[in-house]
Amino acid sequence: MEVLNVENVSIRYMTGDFKDIGLKEYVMRRLKKNYQVTEFWADKNITFSLEQGDMLGIIGTNGAGKSTLLKAISGIMEPTEGKVERKGTIAALLELASGFDGDLTVRENTYLRGAMLGYTRKFMDEMYGEIIIFSGLAEFQDRPFKHLSSGMKSRLAFSIASLVNPDILILDEVLSVGDGAFKKKSEAKMKEIIAGGATTILVSHSLEQVREMCNKVLWLDKGKQVAFGGTREICDKYQLHLEGMGMIK
Amino acid sequence: MIQKMKKYQFLFEELVKRDFKKKYKRTVLGMAWSLLSPLLTLLVMRLVFTQFFGETMEHYTTYLFCGNLIFACFSESTGLGMTSLLENADIFSKVNVPKYLFLLSKSIQGLINFGLTLLVFFLFCILDGITFTWKFVLLLYPICCLVLFNIGVGLILSALFMFFRDIQYLWSVFTQLLMYMSAIFYTIDQYSYTVQCLFLVNPVYLFIRYFRKIVIEATIPTLWFHLLMLADVLIVLAIGCWMYKKYNHRFLYYI
Repeated sequence: MEVLNVENVSIRYMTGDFKDIGLKEYVMRRLKKNYQVTEFWADKNITFSLEQGDMLGIIGTNGAGKSTLLKAISGIMEPTEGKVERKGTIAALLELASGFDGDLTVRENTYLRGAMLGYTRKFMDEMYGEIIIFSGLAEFQDRPFKHLSSGMKSRLAFSIASLVNPDILILDEVLSVGDGAFKKKSEAKMKEIIAGGATTILVSHSLEQVREMCNKVLWLDKGKQVAFGGTREICDKYQLHLEGMGMIK
Repeated sequence: MIQKMKKYQFLFEELVKRDFKKKYKRTVLGMAWSLLSPLLTLLVMRLVFTQFFGETMEHYTTYLFCGNLIFACFSESTGLGMTSLLENADIFSKVNVPKYLFLLSKSIQGLINFGLTLLVFFLFCILDGITFTWKFVLLLYPICCLVLFNIGVGLILSALFMFFRDIQYLWSVFTQLLMYMSAIFYTIDQYSYTVQCLFLVNPVYLFIRYFRKIVIEATIPTLWFHLLMLADVLIVLAIGCWMYKKYNHRFLYYI
């Protein structure tokens, strides 16, 4: 069964100084006709589809458009062109520790985040204890979130987000969360979700990890789709490509 | 639609709670402050303007309070609404949630403040010797209109604020001007008929006038007056929704 279908997706960013100049200056420049923005395509014509249970690795150097593509898949961004079709629930673990409110307590943040991820209150009431135990933050429940260390923040974020068994799971380099002990725990949890039949998309700079876990690979370079296909074939090519770049240097 | 509302109800409640806590948690005065500030404005206006208008007018305190009550709600709600999206940009650039919830949550906050001030307003009405009639129930109409109007303006401003930070200053200048044009502390009787009609263009003035009609004069405004208010609200809401729909995704692409 096809779970995710990404068709000709392109995403365009606009850069220019419109945010700094303000409305007055904007109007003036418009009138004088010297208002300029430059466009920049973070992703251009990306096409692939995933079946249920697939595990896709997205590889590419920095600035290849990986994170932007994930945002389009998870629905945070809408593609400028093309379309994304998804079936079932989707959980995106992107830049985990951001988007929390430093002034609220850990407990309040947990509920708020749960609500954002689309959980119900009943579900959160039931699972709250489990989340706190899993994240190992029991003593911090009523402390302001800003008192946590960044590792603790990611731990909490991971614990909340990995709670459900989504149909599509999106991971942006989050297999490594927290310290040694938690890292093991989070990896185990991830594997459990994946083994449960979730279609998973993983962005990783670790080619070994991709080779080990993924059955499909998408290679992006400067927003363009270089290749999409089986893991071994593409990873080999990518490795050659990287080595080739290394030799030039 | 209902299914969607159910789905986001929990999130909405949590957001309202968060905004509420953030506003009141760390201040000693807390909620009392949101009452104190309109009361102080009222006090100053009463002291200053009684000389000019208060001596000829009955219930001048109530007259002033009507104006202040409505205008404070308008300027507070729209101000909160304006920043609501940008404040939470960090959240919805990482999690896929409907962004209008942040605005609605702020408008609930504005409504709570308004409700508190309204209670004090009624208290002052008693002190001012106003007789309460059944017609007071009709005040719900301008209140609903005002809330929707504020949401509409909030939608427009929040979208603009994403792109133009100076909107905040421009808007504060605009509200100041609007305040002087809303006949809060003076009457419009001394103006010519044409000028009086011009006041009706200002929706905030309509809300204030509706309140005064009911509370002070105990008369119900005409049907046309009701329709005029409704038209204003619908126009602003329509523009707001259109802008929200058009721009709520777009600012993510402008870096």
